[in-house]
Amino acid sequence: MAILDTLRAFLAAQPPALLAGLAGVVILLGVAGLVATVLTALRPDKSYLELRQRIASWWVMVALLAGALLAGWQATVAVFALISFMALREFLSLAPIRREDRPAILAAYLVLIAAYGFIAADRYMFYLVFIPVWAFLGLPFLMAMLGQTRGFLTTAATFHWGLVTCVYNLGFAAFLMRAPDAERLPAGAAGLVFFLLLVTEFNDVAQYVFGKLLGRHKIAPTVSPNKTWEGFLGGWLATGLLIWFLGPVFTPLAGLGLAVVAATLPVAGFAGDVTMSAVKRDIGVKDTSHAIPGHGGVLDRADSLTFTAPLYFHLLALFALNKF
Amino acid sequence: MRWLRFLLLILVARPLALFMTGADVTGRERLPLKGPAIVAANHSSHVDTLLLLAIFPSRALARVRPAAAADYFLKDPVIGWFSRHVIGIVPVARLKAGQKADRVGEDVLAPARAALAAGDIVVVFPEGTRGDGEGDGMGQLKSGVARLAEAFPDAPVIPVWIQGAGRVLPKGETIPVPLNCAVLVGEPLAWSGERPAFMAKLRAALLALKDQAPPLRWS
Repeated sequence: MAILDTLRAFLAAQPPALLAGLAGVVILLGVAGLVATVLTALRPDKSYLELRQRIASWWVMVALLAGALLAGWQATVAVFALISFMALREFLSLAPIRREDRPAILAAYLVLIAAYGFIAADRYMFYLVFIPVWAFLGLPFLMAMLGQTRGFLTTAATFHWGLVTCVYNLGFAAFLMRAPDAERLPAGAAGLVFFLLLVTEFNDVAQYVFGKLLGRHKIAPTVSPNKTWEGFLGGWLATGLLIWFLGPVFTPLAGLGLAVVAATLPVAGFAGDVTMSAVKRDIGVKDTSHAIPGHGGVLDRADSLTFTAPLYFHLLALFALNKF
Repeated sequence: MRWLRFLLLILVARPLALFMTGADVTGRERLPLKGPAIVAANHSSHVDTLLLLAIFPSRALARVRPAAAADYFLKDPVIGWFSRHVIGIVPVARLKAGQKADRVGEDVLAPARAALAAGDIVVVFPEGTRGDGEGDGMGQLKSGVARLAEAFPDAPVIPVWIQGAGRVLPKGETIPVPLNCAVLVGEPLAWSGERPAFMAKLRAALLALKDQAPPLRWS
């Protein structure tokens, strides 16, 4: 009984909107699982293994992130640090890297630790300049001292691209957890992060579904042959509407600020997806790893988030949050 | 001692391998769960052994025995104890230059044959030593694995390609760097009755797995 009481007190202390949002996601996943089960039973000739794997992986990701969001900023920052680490490890493993760069790879992981350290220490200004200025200069300097000049500029750019997308940009999602209660957040700081993840992943799924249903005209044939104008526009409209109607429940955004987020975030998600596709095509792989069954690698799942997280953060800072 | 080994492998080796390499396994269901069986993998780093011990299901772990060079792993008493009791190595006496093969002869594989006879899963690195990933990424294969297969014709030989371990901890380096490694487990090979043909088949199987591995941009 003591455990039940503790649990009840824990849930009562959470913002009701956040709990409702998480419950909504759980119901959505339950319905998806049911549909997959019915499909498998109705059509035994077709294999729905990947769909079922995909949904099973969603359960794991939702459980991990929901648990972290409910547990507080420490757990959320730790989970995002882990996501950044796995994404950066995938990126550096696939990118062309020179033999001599092993110390620079180690340094890139140290940059990750320092960046998340600034989030944990709530030092926003340090975080803002650390990777774009100091890691940008420091890593190439280290590479110069390692003495290999063949392919220097390409390798320096590769490191920086990996650090900015996998660490700096994803870190903004974690930094939202440091928004204070004084900001009058309708679902707490965790609600801000929850909403970012919800709309980014919804946008991914909506673009995919609209593309499958209506797709005719290719939008980026050389980079992502499966992406179509119909999928992009359908996803944009659906996600824009979702942001417009649910935004006030989870964020302090309203009016112009909300409209700008609704109009731009789906485009950023699409841009992240396509840009990372170009990187993967350059490297010569379809998936960045098999870390998430049915989805591919961490970077395959988080590609749109590397673009939406900084945009969402900066629009919130511009329109709604006083702290940043 | 068996429990200590089991706990260290589950609680230390697995998280460590996952952290350092991501342990991206394709075809895990083709790994043998009981012996006698032979797993033949390419070798570019000590990480290979760690990774292979980390990807076997827990119920098979007690049976997994990596074959390792006696002259390298048993010369120091501390490392020797660790190699025998935690890694669970099957010692293989490598021939030194100038040593006559007929003096040591067939005996170098006696511990490996004993392990197979006891129903263990013996992991061998047919290259005999860690390569540097030059050429096609694989050195000359030594025929010891064929002699084991000949002695146990019913034991399946499972080819495994490990991509990228040589970057995590290359030969001669001491500090490991986390980078993803892909482990590709192939279809089991059966003893074909003739050593050179069997070795050619094993080499082809390993290179075919390598072709499915993600590209290694390492120059």
